Amino acid sequence: MEQKNILIVGVGGQGVLLASEILSFAALKAGYDVKKSEIHGMSQRGGVVSSHVRIGEKIYSPLIKEGNADVILAFEEAEAQRWIHFLKENGKVILNKYKLVPPIASMKGYSYPEDPVGAVRKKVRDVEVVDGVSIAKRLGNLRLINTLLLGVLSSSLYIPEKVWEEVIRERVPKGTEDLNIKAFQEGRVHASHSGD
Amino acid sequence: MKTILSGNEAVARGCYEYGLHVAAAYPGTPSTEILENISHYPEIYCEWSPNEKVAFEVAMGATFEGARSLVAMKHVGLNVAADPFMSQSLIGAPGGFIVVSADDPGMHSSQNEQDNRYYAKFAGYPCIEASDSQEAKDFVGIALEISSNYDVPVLFRMTTRICHSKGVVELGERKEFPVKGFQRDPKKFVVLPSHGRVRHPWAVERLSRLQKFSEETPLNFIEKGNDIGIITDGVAYQYVKEVIPEASVLKLGMSYPLPIEKIRSFAASVRKLFVVEELEPFIEEQVKAAGIACEGKKFWSNLGELSPERVEDGFIEAGVLKRKTSVSPKEEVIPRPPIFCPGCPHRGLYYVLKELKAIVTTDIGCYTLGVLPPLESGDTCVEMGASIGVGVGMAKARRSGKGIVATIGDSTFLHSGMTGLLNAVNDKAGITVVIADNRITAMTGGQYQPGTGKTLMGEDTKKVELAKICQALGVERIKVIDTYNLEQTKKVLKEEMETDELSVVITNRPCALFPPEMRKLVQQKPFTVDVDKCTGCHICFRVNCPAISESDEKTDKGLTKAYIDPNLCTGCSVCAQVCPFDAIVQKNELK
Repeated sequence: MEQKNILIVGVGGQGVLLASEILSFAALKAGYDVKKSEIHGMSQRGGVVSSHVRIGEKIYSPLIKEGNADVILAFEEAEAQRWIHFLKENGKVILNKYKLVPPIASMKGYSYPEDPVGAVRKKVRDVEVVDGVSIAKRLGNLRLINTLLLGVLSSSLYIPEKVWEEVIRERVPKGTEDLNIKAFQEGRVHASHSGD
Repeated sequence: MKTILSGNEAVARGCYEYGLHVAAAYPGTPSTEILENISHYPEIYCEWSPNEKVAFEVAMGATFEGARSLVAMKHVGLNVAADPFMSQSLIGAPGGFIVVSADDPGMHSSQNEQDNRYYAKFAGYPCIEASDSQEAKDFVGIALEISSNYDVPVLFRMTTRICHSKGVVELGERKEFPVKGFQRDPKKFVVLPSHGRVRHPWAVERLSRLQKFSEETPLNFIEKGNDIGIITDGVAYQYVKEVIPEASVLKLGMSYPLPIEKIRSFAASVRKLFVVEELEPFIEEQVKAAGIACEGKKFWSNLGELSPERVEDGFIEAGVLKRKTSVSPKEEVIPRPPIFCPGCPHRGLYYVLKELKAIVTTDIGCYTLGVLPPLESGDTCVEMGASIGVGVGMAKARRSGKGIVATIGDSTFLHSGMTGLLNAVNDKAGITVVIADNRITAMTGGQYQPGTGKTLMGEDTKKVELAKICQALGVERIKVIDTYNLEQTKKVLKEEMETDELSVVITNRPCALFPPEMRKLVQQKPFTVDVDKCTGCHICFRVNCPAISESDEKTDKGLTKAYIDPNLCTGCSVCAQVCPFDAIVQKNELK
């Protein structure tokens, strides 16, 4: 597999870092070199979280160069818009349909973007919108959005499904393994059916 | 066996594998996870010390006893530990001793971006820099070797990207080393001037031997490429390999002392020589001082952290690379500044201080966030423990302590506030000192400190009581406030601010986030907005709680009403107290 640069973005508390952890270990198990980079600290306090995950034969920089991300996986809509300048030409955006409005939005001079998905579509052709909340609710737990979105992402990467499932089983809370695998598989199916 | 580790995790693993005996630290981003991870290895004694100076002294004592030891801190932490750091130069490190300085280029969570490589030069210590997690682990073993062979502390310098980025690491087994035991030698260990005058030439000679080592060590190596030569260290090496893989690279794993002769012959082998280093021209100015032509800061400024695109831009400006792809401009999107968590005990304190129009000298911790809008409470903040001294200084300059409130956290107070308070007593300064005691070191992720009664290794220990400390220091006026009770908080603070006598006010609600086991004790029935009573005045938004947001409900005049997320609300009641219309009630009260 040639080098893949995946930027996973979201808001603190959504599970961005767990998702990038699962992705990294799946890549390692599949025999690739991996580096990932994120800024800790704000993940507990509703701040911006972004994780650069780089997979390939030999990875040097832990940061993706601006304009070089193959995929942006966004857990939240405004975050997709915030990081769009990292996407390469003909890159793909996988976007969870979910808006998290920060408290600062009620202060003068600040407002949550009107149409983040629209802003992304203006710049990117390949946008896959996932209604993560509905699907996760249907499966029984909102926390399944992580593995669901990873499932959607997995179809853009050449990591065997078996490897993904092994790693998910190792990394999710005990007792939730089967449900998370189900969510992952739904995500993979979502990708192949998405018409955009 | 391979796994994925952050730089910090890798350093901890290195401590395990290379037989470390003792580790000490004070929490500080980006270094905190080093000790947190070392605590997973019961073979190593480890502790959170009240501050970096004490942590350094503990680790230094261990190495005097012939043990392999380590102290870790963030960059400004080394300013606190600078006295023992510098003073140990003439003594040495018989057991092997690593001083980790985790710098923060870009100031992701610090008050500055000082470049601590200069500390190595200042003290005459080797400076070792890993460029990724595998090196972070391997270099622990190498650094301990250098340290005990040359009888010198080693500065193990990291940066945020090395600390927090993760990469593949090959794991190994632990090697045991004996604790050599203390060898009595007052001429070495006691820094009398008469001893020092003999030790100083020894230290100078030691540095010249380290210089020779630097020329020969595989830590510094050349990757031959084309006729563009690049000297680089730390994470900058990775960005160089990423954007200009065809160049010749001299990678420095030991950035002090510099291998000047190796650099000289490298320079002669290339057409143009560049130095790509983050922050200051530490390497560049030494290379230039040796008479070797090179360029660095001309193309990569000393401001902020480097990135692959910044490194590339510098080479484009230098005429070495051509721009290949254009990047689309950044979108302006609403920021998400950090704010107090739901249930945070600091919220009520700073809301009231703002109402009372206090002059607030504040300090470093979660409570510093009180400075941000809309709370906007905090007028000065400099470094750990400054609040009290600065408050006293302002009071003495204006000849009155009225209206001046120094706010300091419990961990910060134990770190370096006690001496400031002692001085305030001695000076008879009439300021009000508020100890925002949430019973934990929260901002760095919830570490224990002497007020929590638990050690890093999980043992119970003596719990320190802040009120007793203040009494012992000589403070007579000591009050306690419940910052969930705005009326009481306001009454007490107003009285203390109007009295030109030193007082200490201690808050008594714990952190709402750490430790996780305590969260259910903090949690009370969530509050909710009575939409019939809500007038859309948005006064509740001024307490800046993440649980409060704009509702879909609007008033007749089109003002948005408030909504409280029951999953986030901890039931602290602060917003209910500020609501002028009694429109915020606890869930079961709503009819």
